[in-house]
Amino acid sequence: MTPVIDIRNLTAGTRAGPILRDVSLNVNAGEVMALVGESGAGKSTIAKAVLGILPAGIKITAGNILFEGTDLLALAPPQLRELLGVRIALIPQDPLTSLNPARRIGDQLTDGLRLRAGMSRSEATARALSLLHDVHIREPDLVMRRYPHELSGGMRQRVLIAQAFSLNPHVIIADEPTTALDVTVQKQVLRLIRDMQREHGTTLLFVTHDLGVVAQICDRMTVLYGGKVLEQGATADIIANPRHPYTQALLAASPRYDRPDQSLKPVPEALIAELKREIAS
Amino acid sequence: MPKDVRIWAGGGFIILLLLVAVFAPLLAPFDPLEQDLLTATMGPGQEPGRWLGTDSLGRDVLSRLIYGTRIALTVAFIAAVLACLLGTILGLLAGYYGGWIDALISRLIDIWMAFPPVLLSILLVAVLGSGIHSVIAAIVVIDWTRFARVVRAETRQQAKLEYAEAASALGMGRMVILMREILPNVLPVVLVLLSLEMGIAVIVEAILSFVGLSVSTDAPTWGGMIAEGRQIIYQAWWVLVFPLVALFLTVLAFNQLGDGLRQWLDPMLKR
Repeated sequence: MTPVIDIRNLTAGTRAGPILRDVSLNVNAGEVMALVGESGAGKSTIAKAVLGILPAGIKITAGNILFEGTDLLALAPPQLRELLGVRIALIPQDPLTSLNPARRIGDQLTDGLRLRAGMSRSEATARALSLLHDVHIREPDLVMRRYPHELSGGMRQRVLIAQAFSLNPHVIIADEPTTALDVTVQKQVLRLIRDMQREHGTTLLFVTHDLGVVAQICDRMTVLYGGKVLEQGATADIIANPRHPYTQALLAASPRYDRPDQSLKPVPEALIAELKREIAS
Repeated sequence: MPKDVRIWAGGGFIILLLLVAVFAPLLAPFDPLEQDLLTATMGPGQEPGRWLGTDSLGRDVLSRLIYGTRIALTVAFIAAVLACLLGTILGLLAGYYGGWIDALISRLIDIWMAFPPVLLSILLVAVLGSGIHSVIAAIVVIDWTRFARVVRAETRQQAKLEYAEAASALGMGRMVILMREILPNVLPVVLVLLSLEMGIAVIVEAILSFVGLSVSTDAPTWGGMIAEGRQIIYQAWWVLVFPLVALFLTVLAFNQLGDGLRQWLDPMLKR
């Protein structure tokens, strides 16, 4: 089976230094792949590179990003735009700022349907209503007329999930979609993303720093540190028996439902220092 | 609904002025151009019906004031809206596209703002020839920078926010993002500036008619009346004072409306 997303030797950096070092990973059709790492590990950079929305300062110096066989990095911006939203979509990190504060939910949700799928206003409205229903929003017709600041964080994230799924993309990149939400809402939103993913058969690239989230919904995981892939494999295998010392330390630093009496250990300084030396060489 | 009294007071006064301008022929007790040397420089109330007195040629000050609102408001609205359109478009382009477009427009703004605005406007009208069209053109040519500068900064800031990034991840084109996503967020600032600019345009028109470069000298304008009144200030203070008061109140109303809007439209202060 050919992977849907195949990232090969991706290397990127700013003038200040490298951000991604020779990153290779692939995501197969219909699976959920986690990108795990602490802040600055480069996980969001990978997500943004796939979507072609890297900040101006970051340049890709080597590697390819193959999406269903086409190299996204070789595409001209208009060709890439053809794919975005329709074939590859994003669930952004912060639902508070990712919706336009000056526009109604309905207008924002129907934009993609009208401009990208060529629906008429009434078709798009009908579809948007059913999408909002799918993401378990009560009274969708009321929510359509609301502005983002009138909705709770969880509601806004549901709207963004609806938007991501609205054009039936093959791949959705979720960039820490639950980080900005409080814990009880996190769980509901995670379940929603997983249910939607299964129902639509969407391939999901899930960026997170939360190993609990990874264990819950991801089939495979990639552990990153300092822009380098440390370990990659099936989630169950890695959690049951992590091979890289950093992954072991990361797991020891995360709370586990199955071991409630275990105390949490910070990642040892010596290990970080060693990792930094290893990456620099 | 805005609670701010400044919006209601400022906006209300401007609407009142608009009504006065539109219905000037019905409201003015006399023909503003009709001279009567027998009743020249009569003080307010000295002659029956001449509530605000007459000027050195016996023309009715109140009627001239009423007709003066027409030119003041015409210039204020047309010039401010045109300056706003030009400045906003250039500001949006500079702020969103960056690069050489931004460099070009920003340098243009810098150069423009180095000229003293009043001198530049007098120079422009002198070159273009006097008349209401030249006055409007001068204001637009000078004051677009006020909009461009602020809109550029605001656009830059908005373009960095995640909703703009999310829209481009949805495959929206640059122009679509600029017009549909960013413009609605920049609009409140533009509205505030527009209101303030109308006040400025009223002053600039008055300055130009004061120096005799606006519409033809016998047409009633506030600036022209101030210029005439200045010469006979010791004999007839009312010819100078009433147009000054009208000018002052109008500019105050536009500024108060602008300040009120600024607070009302600012989402940070609103919630």
